[in-house]
Amino acid sequence: MSLLDYFKISKASTASLAKERLQILVAHERTSRNQPSYLPQMQKELLEVIRKYINVDQDAISVSFEQDENQETLELNIVLPDLPIKHT
Amino acid sequence: MARIIVVTSGKGGVGKTTTSAAIAMGLAKKGHKTAVIDFDVGLRNLDLIMGCERRVVYDFVNVINGEATLNQALIRDKNCNQLYILPASQTRDKDALSQEGVGKVLEELKKDFKYIVCDSPAGIEKGAHLAMYFADDAFIVTNPEVSSVRDSDRMLGILSSKSRRAEQNEEPIKEYLLLSRYSPDRVKLGEMLSLEDVQDILSLHLLGVIPESKSVLNASNSGMPVILDEKSDAGQAYADIVDRYLGEDRPHRFIDEDKGFFRKLFGAK
Repeated sequence: MSLLDYFKISKASTASLAKERLQILVAHERTSRNQPSYLPQMQKELLEVIRKYINVDQDAISVSFEQDENQETLELNIVLPDLPIKHT
Repeated sequence: MARIIVVTSGKGGVGKTTTSAAIAMGLAKKGHKTAVIDFDVGLRNLDLIMGCERRVVYDFVNVINGEATLNQALIRDKNCNQLYILPASQTRDKDALSQEGVGKVLEELKKDFKYIVCDSPAGIEKGAHLAMYFADDAFIVTNPEVSSVRDSDRMLGILSSKSRRAEQNEEPIKEYLLLSRYSPDRVKLGEMLSLEDVQDILSLHLLGVIPESKSVLNASNSGMPVILDEKSDAGQAYADIVDRYLGEDRPHRFIDEDKGFFRKLFGAK
């Protein structure tokens, strides 16, 4: 390793930062590419309904859509808030 | 059987027209009758890169509208008699191209030509859509840069869902990567995405790496496709790409930086 290389490694390269950002972004865009177009709106409405009854955070709900050869699966995952357990 | 190649990228300025001109010339020089079509209606530039801008009489839209025959509109290249250019219209708006019209022109070209190279405009609007719609092969021109890689990935999604082959459930379009404006020196310094980085994301069949090169601007200045500059690195890169596309075995070049000081001093331009 030359002296030059030694100095280079001391700071993270912008190329690796670029790759990391791209990998996250592209993975995200690929999953949303195959989703039906109604999904974001449905997710929003579902959240509104649930929030009428339960006080949950925006990010406590995740909707995922999966597709294989012969079926489409819509998965709705709601994390309920921790309730203090009452002891009487 | 004729093959339709689309040269596309999503992002502008990555080298689509340079690539279209170079590979069309390369295929024609190999003896295959080739047509290259400019799909960028309103912003035509292929004529300028091919050096035939003063010979444009009729254009693609004239042919679609029946105002000229295909033979009247096709311009024979001055350097190679196997190569013909179909220029885009400079005056009409983008809606002048219709799927039916484009399909008809391509069908007619397929009777007479071995390769039809479609130079796509940037973006994902109508011109870009029609350029890729009928394609058999797609050359994805990508720069080692975040926005270009992202747009290429987006284009891949469109090719696999919105093309004729996708819609008719035929064998999918064959997708190839052409990584252009590559600087091995900057990759070494960690300033530029490497070929490997880009492939980790896009994982395409690599047709070739085209180095960042002064010869590209010189070629467009003089209206000569860069592949005709056989001494230049970019010209050689495109020649390799044409050979690989035609099934010849060519080891990849221009990926690693020049090692020695002397090679840099006396080596290729």
